[in-house]
Amino acid sequence: MSLQISSLSPETLIHTGDVQITVTGETGRISLRARGKLAPLDKALGVKLPTKIGTRANKGDVEALCLGPDEWLILCPNDDVSALKAACDAIYEKLPHSFTDISAREITLSITGPQAAELLTIGCPRDIASIGVGEARRTVFDNASVVLWCDGPDQFRLDLWNSFAPYSAELLITGAKEFSAETALT
Amino acid sequence: MLMIHCPYCDELLPEAEFAYAGEAHIIRPEDPSAVSDEEWEKFLFIRTNVKGLHFERWRHVHGCGRFFNAVRDTVSDRILITYKAGEPKPELDKLLAEVGQ
Ligand SMILES: [Zn+2]
Repeated sequence: MSLQISSLSPETLIHTGDVQITVTGETGRISLRARGKLAPLDKALGVKLPTKIGTRANKGDVEALCLGPDEWLILCPNDDVSALKAACDAIYEKLPHSFTDISAREITLSITGPQAAELLTIGCPRDIASIGVGEARRTVFDNASVVLWCDGPDQFRLDLWNSFAPYSAELLITGAKEFSAETALT
Repeated sequence: MLMIHCPYCDELLPEAEFAYAGEAHIIRPEDPSAVSDEEWEKFLFIRTNVKGLHFERWRHVHGCGRFFNAVRDTVSDRILITYKAGEPKPELDKLLAEVGQ
């Protein structure tokens, strides 16, 4: 599997009263592309792949997010990637697909707190509230493609490619500081 | 900023998630070496450049990644309809009647 090369190490980057930004630990990430009847892949992964864009399904630690009509992002523990690859390889004849280990490509920021959603609006042009709890979307954050996961009204995860991560994180930290200065003034 | 309906995501989304991709319904010749220079030039470069309703491609690049088509009024910038790649051209008269123009 690909080596994890992270631009930011797992740690809390900022914690104001209203928002906390943390780099989460390493995880297995898989980009999956396939068309047609998905049953063989569902079986190999142990998760029924969701087919509505933005929806998620999970079985234990393996979580699948539908990114597009023929594209999924799979999250799983690091150690599970090779077993999942072997299981998918075994059904390749039945359902040709593309399985790519992208674990090293991205890091994830956990953004939580009462101002989390508002903080995201400084870089994301989308209506954050349009992403339901338990859903996720690929979208844009200050010009960089990201995946934004909504785990609760005040709980988000933002997947960032390593090369953009320090820049995007810096923007979020600056935003969080400005929000907290604003709160201090009122 | 324009708000664009992605026919794959079925959501109305900000233009910043999309990339413009030129005029739609331009078919690449099956066998490029068999066409004349004039026909090849027409395929590569000649566009309708319409003032009014324009069939054009967009890509939901920061989203589902799909290319799709739109009919946009180049005067008002209003997008009348978006539809999936491969679907036939919508009839403009019907479309205009639907949007009340
Ligand atoms: Zn889309």
